[in-house]
Amino acid sequence: MRRFLSRKLITYLIAFVIGVTVDWGIPRLIPGDPVQAYLSQFRLQPAGYDALYKTMSEAFGTNGSAWDQYMHYWQSILTWNMGVSIGNFPARVTTLIGQALPYTLALLIPAIVLSYILGNRLGAAAARRKGLDNSVLPLGYVFQAMPYPWLALIIPYLLAVVWHVFPLSGGYSNSLLPTWSWTFIGSLLTHWFLPFLTVFLVSLGGWAIGMRNLVIYELENDSSRYLRALGARERVIRRYAYRNASLPQLSGLALQLGVVVGGNIVTEIAFQYPGLGKLLYTAIGNKDYFLLQGIFIFIIIGVLIANFVIDLVFISIDPRTRLSMQGAPA
Amino acid sequence: MSLTVENLSVAYRSRRGDITAVDSVSFRLADGEIMGLAGESGSGKSTIGNALIYMDPRMKLAGGKALLDGKELPLSDNDAMRKLRMTEVSLVPQYAMSALPPTRRIGKIIADLLKSHGIKDRDEVLSELLRRLELIGLKDEILRRYAFELSGGMRQRVTIIMSSLLNPSLLIADEVTSALDVSTQRAVGEMLIEFRDRGYIKSAIAITHDLSILAQIADSITIMYAGRLAEKASTAAITEAPLHPYTQALIASLPEVGVRHEDTTLTGIPGRPPSLVNPPSGCRFRERCPFAFEKCTETPPFAEIRPGHQVACWKVSQEHGGGARVTVPAGAIADSASTKGTGK
Ligand SMILES: Nc1ncnc2c1ncn2[C@@H]1O[C@H](COP(=O)(O)OP(=O)(O)O)[C@@H](O)[C@H]1O
Ligand code: SF4
Ligand SMILES: [Mg+2]
Repeated sequence: MRRFLSRKLITYLIAFVIGVTVDWGIPRLIPGDPVQAYLSQFRLQPAGYDALYKTMSEAFGTNGSAWDQYMHYWQSILTWNMGVSIGNFPARVTTLIGQALPYTLALLIPAIVLSYILGNRLGAAAARRKGLDNSVLPLGYVFQAMPYPWLALIIPYLLAVVWHVFPLSGGYSNSLLPTWSWTFIGSLLTHWFLPFLTVFLVSLGGWAIGMRNLVIYELENDSSRYLRALGARERVIRRYAYRNASLPQLSGLALQLGVVVGGNIVTEIAFQYPGLGKLLYTAIGNKDYFLLQGIFIFIIIGVLIANFVIDLVFISIDPRTRLSMQGAPA
Repeated sequence: MSLTVENLSVAYRSRRGDITAVDSVSFRLADGEIMGLAGESGSGKSTIGNALIYMDPRMKLAGGKALLDGKELPLSDNDAMRKLRMTEVSLVPQYAMSALPPTRRIGKIIADLLKSHGIKDRDEVLSELLRRLELIGLKDEILRRYAFELSGGMRQRVTIIMSSLLNPSLLIADEVTSALDVSTQRAVGEMLIEFRDRGYIKSAIAITHDLSILAQIADSITIMYAGRLAEKASTAAITEAPLHPYTQALIASLPEVGVRHEDTTLTGIPGRPPSLVNPPSGCRFRERCPFAFEKCTETPPFAEIRPGHQVACWKVSQEHGGGARVTVPAGAIADSASTKGTGK
């Protein structure tokens, strides 16, 4: 166990170093320098430009040799001081990320987890009831195959524009100030619902179809045949099939939860929902390099941590991972 | 008689019509008999074994019946068969390496099976299980393991113990030695004998394409060719004085009795078994038989040419002349069964 954990930790550490290096290198491969790009937005006198350029380069750490910059970059990461956003000057990058994160997590985690739970049940039921299968399968495919932006247009159009049941966009009503009042929380919830619903519906179809196909496959495989040949009741065989099918589904869930910190750009843009995805999108639009770098670093760390946690969870659930952990042949 | 199989025909439903994989097969198994069932791959051995315990949805009974201890097995009635599985007739499947459910401990799987059979006194079965594990040299700790934690030989032994736990009258052991190395093969083969001797199972059908292992464990050997029986006799008669030309070729192609060989290929005889989709009429070995003559365009009966020795060959029954006693008019029934099978 200890050996397994330290081996995993080293892998994650290496991934982290590579991620940080790439994150540092990519913006620097883009032609032009960010400070120059930023300052060129303004009409500045050459003297003022030079002075500003010098100060800002120092402030952002874009002067000095590549090695110095790289080291400086590491320092800023380790002290969690990602600098100041160019686009939202003078807001700190870490503050902006901290503000956006709760929206993304509150949107995606419930949508993914609830669709996982319900989708698995639907799929397993469809695998054994023909009638249900005939409705779940086509519906599932419709939701899964529908281009998401289209769904993200239809649902808000009906529920927000035609029926006025839910607000169309934003994280909360513009007329409110963020406070912990019931009115504000209510506003948060109504704004949360539509983006949640679209993400939920799209992944629901995927989970249901996946589970249905897996259960049907498991019901026909060798171990089910053997149980049948030994006279096990069909109920027992189904339970085994469901159990076997749950593991690949669970890795699918783990994969999705692992990248949750990246936000869901399309949803957040469609609903103008102030999560990390929207922040990232705006940062790209503003050529806000520091914010971009900060978000990427955050995503890298988030994905690595999430995956490490998931690894730990899997060890306790799937007996096969426990075995490979001990290094025995599977 | 432990098992009596009469004119059993089994077909697979396929897009090109039904494939009669087992064509009017008849044989008997005495109490305590371990019958080896041998033949090339694809000759229908597993199909016989599976038909006697569990017909999957692709299979169907195309004719005939089977009696176990005098009572007819409700072969195509899945619900009625379910209660008899494991208790009266049991199977160690050909796919034993992948047969154990992967996500549950061995002990739990066994407990679930006992529950399915509504067995009240589970403690008694459990202590019996522990006794048998010890007999085979497996630690009872194995019950807390998952299938993938076991070696191939251990998996094979666990499935045999599991399948025979409720003392079935008949155990069908399909290729139980094929996936194993030579020393484990021997041990697993002897397990069958031991279980029979101790009365855990009354009789067994040991299916294999490997004749040399049967020479060690079987009381009688039945040879199959292209969905039909070619010959059945005592192990000594089959290995030392086989009568059917196909059996003779099989025995001749054995490098040496007791030495394992990968697949039963007939080095001396060119050709392959006929397709079962549209099998030729008459003796199915005709194309490859060095002794084929006019008569062989008719289906030879599976005739008892001397007590306990049955052969389906015109040449053999002519040579053993008047003495031949036809037990089963295989020809007529076989042809009608296969027409019935493919007609749909
Ligand atoms: N699921 C199936 N569908 C159609 N045909 C099958 C199926 N399984 C087996 N068969 C046919 O039945 C024949 C006998 O198969 P099998 O009983 O497995 O042979 P053996 O066990 O002797 O190797 C094969 O030649 C094959 O053509
Ligand atoms: S019946 Fe004829 S073809 Fe068939 S094995 Fe006997 S001699 Fe050969
Ligand atoms: Mg087989």
